[in-house]
Amino acid sequence: MLLFKLLFFIPLLSTVITYPAGLLINDRASQIISSSLISISAIVSWLCLYNYVNDDLSPFVIDIFSWILISGSYLDWSIAVNPLTLLMLTLVLTVSALVHIYSIEYMSHDKSKNRFMVYLSLFTFCMVSLVVSDNIVQLFFGWEGVGLASYLLIGFWHHKKTANNAAIKAFLVNRIADFGFLIGIALLYIYSDSLSITDIIASKDYLKSIPINFISIETDVLTISCFFLFIGAMGKSAQFGFHTWLPDAMEGPTPVSALIHAATMVTAGVFLTVRFSELIVMSDFILNFILVVGLITAFFAASVALFQKDIKKVIAYSTCSQLGFMFVACGLGAFNVAIFHLITHGYFKALLFLSSGSVIHGVHDEQDMDKMGNLFSKMKITTIVMWIGTLAIIGFPYMSGYYSKDLILNASFNLNEWGSLVYILLAIISAMTAFYSFRLIFKVFHGKYNGNYDYEKIHESNFIMLIPLFILSFGSIFAGYFFNEILSGHSPSDFWGGVIFLSNETHPHSSIYAIFSKSMITFAILLCIYMYALNLEKIANLKKQFSKFYNFLLNKWFFDEFYNKYIVSPFYNSGLILWKKIDQNIIDRLLPNGSALVISKISIFCKKIQTGFIFDYTFVIIAGFTFFISIIFYFAIL
Amino acid sequence: MLSISYNHFFILSVILFIIGCFGLFLNRRNMILILMCIEIILLAANINFVSASIFLKNLDGQIFSIFILTIAAAEAAIGLAILVVYFRNKGGIDITKINELKD
Repeated sequence: MLLFKLLFFIPLLSTVITYPAGLLINDRASQIISSSLISISAIVSWLCLYNYVNDDLSPFVIDIFSWILISGSYLDWSIAVNPLTLLMLTLVLTVSALVHIYSIEYMSHDKSKNRFMVYLSLFTFCMVSLVVSDNIVQLFFGWEGVGLASYLLIGFWHHKKTANNAAIKAFLVNRIADFGFLIGIALLYIYSDSLSITDIIASKDYLKSIPINFISIETDVLTISCFFLFIGAMGKSAQFGFHTWLPDAMEGPTPVSALIHAATMVTAGVFLTVRFSELIVMSDFILNFILVVGLITAFFAASVALFQKDIKKVIAYSTCSQLGFMFVACGLGAFNVAIFHLITHGYFKALLFLSSGSVIHGVHDEQDMDKMGNLFSKMKITTIVMWIGTLAIIGFPYMSGYYSKDLILNASFNLNEWGSLVYILLAIISAMTAFYSFRLIFKVFHGKYNGNYDYEKIHESNFIMLIPLFILSFGSIFAGYFFNEILSGHSPSDFWGGVIFLSNETHPHSSIYAIFSKSMITFAILLCIYMYALNLEKIANLKKQFSKFYNFLLNKWFFDEFYNKYIVSPFYNSGLILWKKIDQNIIDRLLPNGSALVISKISIFCKKIQTGFIFDYTFVIIAGFTFFISIIFYFAIL
Repeated sequence: MLSISYNHFFILSVILFIIGCFGLFLNRRNMILILMCIEIILLAANINFVSASIFLKNLDGQIFSIFILTIAAAEAAIGLAILVVYFRNKGGIDITKINELKD
């Protein structure tokens, strides 16, 4: 019991005491305190998971304290202990602890280390309260809290204009999606009369039976509320249409990208979908919608990642694409596989980001891949861990990505008629993943050096940055093998215990498909080696030949331009009109400034009475006194 | 034969009071007149006190009038002191020059 409570309170404690400690002692103290507290909580989270599995506990809820009184009953701050939350917590806290340790060295040249550590701890606390919540309101608190922490950390280097813009963009895009989430919460509360997730799931049949008319579409409450919940999840998880904030969020420091924009916060959308899996599977429309959105995102992001120049943008689009994979798994009804991929992805993507951070640190804040090359001879350890991460993401046999990705591909046969089409699409996207991942490796670590920075000064990062990389590469190699049998083996319901929806469907399919997907990936790798390692003129020629197509991909399908033209600038211009014309010229002129003007006119008139001569004042005093006394006597006599 | 009643004393004090008040604000020349007007007002109050004390057969009013005399003396002393300082600063005792309350 105490262990589970510690999980919640240690990150909170770290958030509260880090900043004062940094002010009273020094920056080093705040770094050590926050890193050690979060590391302790990471260890506690693994202990909790071990205890839970070992003692064969069934899901339960710990109430911490009462929060809001709604319609006669209290809403509690609570910790829902179940396999899903515990598994998620191990990922969140482990990656968070490693990122805390990594940032000690990575931010060593920064002025405000203390602030950075506080933001990281705040993020961890909010993420924990999101994951462990048993009611949607606490979940929403955590949801907005991580959004806030993300905003603060993207804009951490606030002297850079691009960082500020990226932070505002992330915040606004997320607010739009969160509005959808809020509508979903409201609908669920109105119709199920409860905010507890357990109660809502229990009343799923009732929700399904109520018809509702939404903008003249006849549907039921369950479908419509799940639709709005999924809109919220799309925003947080940067799905197609809401994805534009994620690549820009790379303006933040690299540890932040690893923690928030790769491993944990962006997966909150997937977590939400899985948490409500019992509801979502009731509606075929929502399942198909999730599937289509996931597929489009996975394909779109992979295609954009193919030719990006910024090392972090490649990995960011890769994250977006992998999130698409997780949603595909959700849409196929294989929620346990989605969580499995979430976990393995968390480890290898954090590894990729942290090692790219090590590269950026080594070449002195250069992010353009065209200005790198042949870093292998200078940073051997970083190269090796980057290779491990890359092999994990492309699904090299027995690395972690191999198991989870394969399971997603196989789950596509849950759709009977369209299954093979989805499989082929996913196989093509996996091949694209392999292509851009290897392109990154070859451009950064092999070939010849093209940068401006003095090659001799490039150095390997020190051991504080390398230790988290070792631990994460350990996770990237073994997480798949370790969790495979537990999460999605022969009897996954032993572990999940009815918390999420599990489909028992197994569909036989020809091994041709498996051979197809593997050979696609191999082909992509060979193509990449041919183009980026052996024959560099070829790719330059191809770029010229297909310059339109290349520019289309390089400019991210012109999504930002489209949004700027049709959404941002109309809003911006109408805001400008409202501000300059309506607010300043009409409202301000008439009401506040107008009334002030009238008062000032009146007082200028009144000033004439004030002569400054003592006898005039005396006259006024005596006359007034006489006047009022007369009135009093007049009425007293009456 | 005209007999003098209490009313006459009261009316006298009212007339003196009004003369004092009018003197305060009709006077536009010098400060000594202000001091004199104040003395007249205090005198009116004194007459009022004394006649009321006799009318009510109560000595309190007469004791008060003695206090008022003392205070009037003190006030006159302070007023004259202010007058002297004012004369030194402004080079005259013209009250139309005291208009610094304005602006």
